Amino acid sequence: MKAACWMSRNQVSVEEVPDPQILNPRDAIVRITSTAICGSDLHLYDGFIPSMQKGDILGHEFMGEVVELGSDVKNLQVGDRVAVPFPISCGNCWQCQKGMFTLCENSNPNAWMAEKMWGYSPCGIFGYSHMLGGYAGGQAEYARVPFADVGPLKIPEELTDEQVLFLTDILPTGYMAADNCGIQPGDIVAIWGCGPVGQFAVKSAFLLGAERVIAIDRFPNRLQMAREFGGAETLNYEEVDVLEALREMTGGRGPDACIDAVGMEAHTPGPEYWYDRTKQAMRLETDRPFALRQAIHACRNGGTVSIIGVYGGFIDKFPIGSVMNRSLTIRTGQAHVQRYMRPLLERIQKGEVDPSRIITHQMRLEDAPQAYDLFANHHEECVKIVLKP
Amino acid sequence: MESTRFEPAEPASSTGSEINLSRTTGALPRARPEEYAAKNNATDGGGRQLAEALGWFSLGLGIASIAAPGAVARLIGVRDEESNRNLLRFVGLREIASGIGILAQPAAPGGVWSRVVGDVMDLTLLGSALGSEQSNRGRVAATTAMVAGVAAVDLMAGKKLAASEGEDRCITLVKVTTINRSAEELYGFWRDFRNLPRFMNHLESVEILDDRRSRWQTKGPAGRSVAWTAEVVDDRPNQFISWRSLPGSDVETSGWVRFDPAPGDRGTEVRVELRYLPPAGMLGATIARLFGREPGQELKEDLRTFKQVMETGELVRSGASLHGATFPQQPAQPPEMRMAA
Repeated sequence: MKAACWMSRNQVSVEEVPDPQILNPRDAIVRITSTAICGSDLHLYDGFIPSMQKGDILGHEFMGEVVELGSDVKNLQVGDRVAVPFPISCGNCWQCQKGMFTLCENSNPNAWMAEKMWGYSPCGIFGYSHMLGGYAGGQAEYARVPFADVGPLKIPEELTDEQVLFLTDILPTGYMAADNCGIQPGDIVAIWGCGPVGQFAVKSAFLLGAERVIAIDRFPNRLQMAREFGGAETLNYEEVDVLEALREMTGGRGPDACIDAVGMEAHTPGPEYWYDRTKQAMRLETDRPFALRQAIHACRNGGTVSIIGVYGGFIDKFPIGSVMNRSLTIRTGQAHVQRYMRPLLERIQKGEVDPSRIITHQMRLEDAPQAYDLFANHHEECVKIVLKP
Repeated sequence: MESTRFEPAEPASSTGSEINLSRTTGALPRARPEEYAAKNNATDGGGRQLAEALGWFSLGLGIASIAAPGAVARLIGVRDEESNRNLLRFVGLREIASGIGILAQPAAPGGVWSRVVGDVMDLTLLGSALGSEQSNRGRVAATTAMVAGVAAVDLMAGKKLAASEGEDRCITLVKVTTINRSAEELYGFWRDFRNLPRFMNHLESVEILDDRRSRWQTKGPAGRSVAWTAEVVDDRPNQFISWRSLPGSDVETSGWVRFDPAPGDRGTEVRVELRYLPPAGMLGATIARLFGREPGQELKEDLRTFKQVMETGELVRSGASLHGATFPQQPAQPPEMRMAA
């Protein structure tokens, strides 16, 4: 089969690789009909996530048709159309049973690597480094899905791939970012980053009852999407002083909740960028936390900072004094997709959200190298790319 | 502190037939916290710390003798002349060599024995100085007494290190995990020792001989694999099992596992200790190789597999990389844990 493989930093190529096989009784093989490139794939592309190896198959947002089943998968049938959540979760461990699916204690066979870096290991993730399991990803014609009796969600026929594909990651991810804010009536939510997750965080914050949502980015097309798709007010951080603007817009209180939907490869104008970019290049810190620092400073006293952008390792100049003295709450985590898939599918069916509206590009799987380049370098006003195998 | 010498989990004095398997009473063994950090129990009754102190002493003395041989000569009461200075420079070099030797491998007795040889040399030289008219005999006598005292300490350190060399080879592994299953299920699976090779990477097979005895075989190429007959020492259903090898086995080994309910419905805490005391020579290296460079990590991975099998019913596998033409589809493991064949 054909698959998009990570070959080295900034190099993806489509290779002919062996078809996946059923390895365990709870496995399924899915023939992929639609797959997307995630913003977090760009962290792999840019070489900021350790333990990638040449030839690793990328991709953790995919859906398709079940073509083969292990003997223990009773809830699916060959021919079923399913969306596959990016976290691989066993459903049996204590964390899975509490709904903390990305903390699955059994799905990362390379847990020892994550334990060395982070203390304990989270779940395995499709196509997301050997530290997170070394699983083949879904930017391919077929994928092997472990614990297929837990993750994949059957999709009703009347919905298109484009409407439901983002149930696999970015819609639940944006939703959990807003859910973690504990939004109360009257709350104003500020969101750093208007990429796909930021767009869904805007939408979700309103679905969860936010009074106003303020979205922050520097790309006019993404800000425009946040206004039109999500209904947010927007700030371009290259044009205004964000802290000053937020203070003004919130009557001097600060936003009740701040969402960092940017993560480890943040950008900021001025010398602070070069300070952290240099430290990152010298491996003195792994992540550039501008958005996080600003989200903390901006948050109202006693408010919540929700981190959904991906961080890999270590940062410095973390404003812990601001967090501690002002009683801030930080909530974070990889999205527990399985927990949110079904309720969000219902919202899609009711027309409360149409995820397909953020798609700007549709390309063939064979075009994955160009697609990565386009997305990473913000060409052609790219926000979200869907690949068709 | 409990003794860290190699001992089976129960006193070895009783013969197997006298042990009441199901009704043993008394406290179950509990691993001491420091054992979780230890990869091997390298206990030596303080010999190592003593050796390190002696190593630093050697370095200091050596540097002083080379840098200021005249001052040292006057201090110990011999004449400050060129031949004595040269002798002291030589002694200094020897001391530095001993010091480096000891500090590089403080658990090995070799470096300390080199100090003992040096002590004998020094005492001989001091003896001849004591007979010399040119010496300050009071000072030389005091120096001789001090060197004799240090020699006694060197001897003691060497003996301690030599005695603990055997214990260094004893591999003791203690690990814990929490499994979302009842103690009954976990105990039942473990008590059928034939299941152990399903998650213990270093075991090839376990064959049941009778209620109490079983035959354990490790992995390894022909002639290198190790086997022993184990007997159950203590067996408390749903709580605890301990076992040890019978005399005459290739290797002295023992182990125990205990199952404790985790608080607040979090499953069962499973604690395991394994001990291996290989006999000297080739076989010792074989046992060490079975566990790879990080024996503790190996047991941790075994327990992770046990948890996977008990919770999910299968062994989790990935295997994603293209790696040229191959496409490995086996459970991933840390490279250092792969058994050296």
